[in-house]
Amino acid sequence: MSNANHFNRRDFIKFAGAAGALAVSKSGFARATKPPVGRVVVIGGGYAGATVAKYLRLWSLGSIEVLVVEPNSQFVSCPLSNLVLGGSKSINDLTFGYDALKSNHGIKWVQDTVTAIDASAKKVSMLRGELSFDRLVVAPGVDFNYDTLPMLASAEAQQQIPHAWKAGWQTVNLRKQLEAMPDGGVFVMNVPKAPYRCPPGPYERACQVASYFKAHKPKSKVIVLDANAEIISKKGLFTKVFNETYAAIVDYRPDNAMTGVDVATKTVSTDFDKIKADVLNVIPPQRAGKIAQIANLTEKDYPWCDINFLTYESKLVPNVHVLGDSVAAGLPKSAHMATNQAKVCANAIVQLFTGQAPDPAPVFANTCYSYVTDKSAMHVANVYRYDAGKKIMVSAEGGGVSMSPSEKEGAYAAAWAQNIWADTLT
Amino acid sequence: MKPIQNIWFKNSWFKDSAFLTFLLTTSVCTPLIGHAAEVSAFSDAQNIHIRQLAASCAACHGTQGNSAAASGDDGANAVLADMAPAEFTEKMLGFKDGSRKATVMHHHAKGLTVDEINQLAVHFSQQKRVVTTALKSQTLKADHE
Repeated sequence: MSNANHFNRRDFIKFAGAAGALAVSKSGFARATKPPVGRVVVIGGGYAGATVAKYLRLWSLGSIEVLVVEPNSQFVSCPLSNLVLGGSKSINDLTFGYDALKSNHGIKWVQDTVTAIDASAKKVSMLRGELSFDRLVVAPGVDFNYDTLPMLASAEAQQQIPHAWKAGWQTVNLRKQLEAMPDGGVFVMNVPKAPYRCPPGPYERACQVASYFKAHKPKSKVIVLDANAEIISKKGLFTKVFNETYAAIVDYRPDNAMTGVDVATKTVSTDFDKIKADVLNVIPPQRAGKIAQIANLTEKDYPWCDINFLTYESKLVPNVHVLGDSVAAGLPKSAHMATNQAKVCANAIVQLFTGQAPDPAPVFANTCYSYVTDKSAMHVANVYRYDAGKKIMVSAEGGGVSMSPSEKEGAYAAAWAQNIWADTLT
Repeated sequence: MKPIQNIWFKNSWFKDSAFLTFLLTTSVCTPLIGHAAEVSAFSDAQNIHIRQLAASCAACHGTQGNSAAASGDDGANAVLADMAPAEFTEKMLGFKDGSRKATVMHHHAKGLTVDEINQLAVHFSQQKRVVTTALKSQTLKADHE
């Protein structure tokens, strides 16, 4: 490793040499004509997967070959998807292609579903073929655990009672059900036991549906059944919004886990009650994405992936890195966090391929907005830094939340979305 | 695309003409090699630390500080690329000590060290200003999940 605090010419030549003579392809991106220094296969094209692919290409100057395996042909943003339920956004405002990402950075793309990972043979099996890798990045998001709610596991049941917790057609379905519901109806939703994807998301969802009801169906109700003892993100702010802005609509019930659902009648059971809904939204308990389970990246009694926070390499399987919502971390499972992890991981992989040590003390920031009306939003923001003693990322001092929701922050949140989409997908 | 950034010329080794030729040849045809800060990062532990921390700002300020959507006239979601280091430092230190009015940024500035703020100032001042527009959305296809 260089001890210089500025550009080291010899190392640059070494690396540029490894990258090979570079030429421009038809689409205009640089392509190595010599063999790459290594091949990384990325499973998943969400916030984490797309970002790690891009930054691996950028920071290795195109010298690492990157292949992404993703079953969907489009990217649909979970952030802002609650606004589809509120009616101020369409799902088509949140849907993007991967073409710019692929062509700008020379990322190879396979539209397929991974069925197995053989880490010792460094092979990924898909429905339609096989890929070999030097390092693997697994970014599969979350998997829904229907063990306690088996009646909701089928596609038919989810047609009646969508989770809408992965943005897509279920989001559209839930919005249509809300539109069809007569004034005076009851919308029932739950908050699963933490940890789950997007801690403030369910509370934002309650606000979005309440905002729609307040304007269009003012006699209707939103009942929120929280499996947790209290609101687990932006608590003071959401409590105030529930009690002030939506006092006549939102009925928030902490410590009310769903114990069962009758799909035909949309009736929910809790330890205290049976509640019949006109529109029912169940967000199931969550665990690391399916492929992380298949690849033995989780342990039996703990459904999330333990990783090294300097490299995001699995503590269980060498040469396999895990990113995003599947990671076991006392950190929010947010899009911004997923992209941060991806950048630390990309940085580390470039170092590892060139025989150098990864950054021993990564630092990153998380900003998370929640919309409480069609225009007003509020934030929680924190810097996180690596704690060498605890070997985890811990929040730095000085973070915090908005004084109150505002239209100004609604505009900031919209700009956040535009920027993170452009950063992730171009 | 601009092949070579000014930062190259600040480094004394660059006067080496053989290396200059090499860079010119490669840079002209490769957009990726034009990112001076990234290239230097390969051999510089401090730089790989700062490039990743700086990249963390992209969610609100765009890739390498080229914001695709500055959200208003109050400086929010500002373009950081090519910002004068003194301006960056003055604003961030103001957010950090509370002397500058903030909506969100005080929560970040207070979590960063003065040294990190100074290094971020240098990093962003070296990034090329590229006009970035919002990404165009698509119609959701029927076969999506």
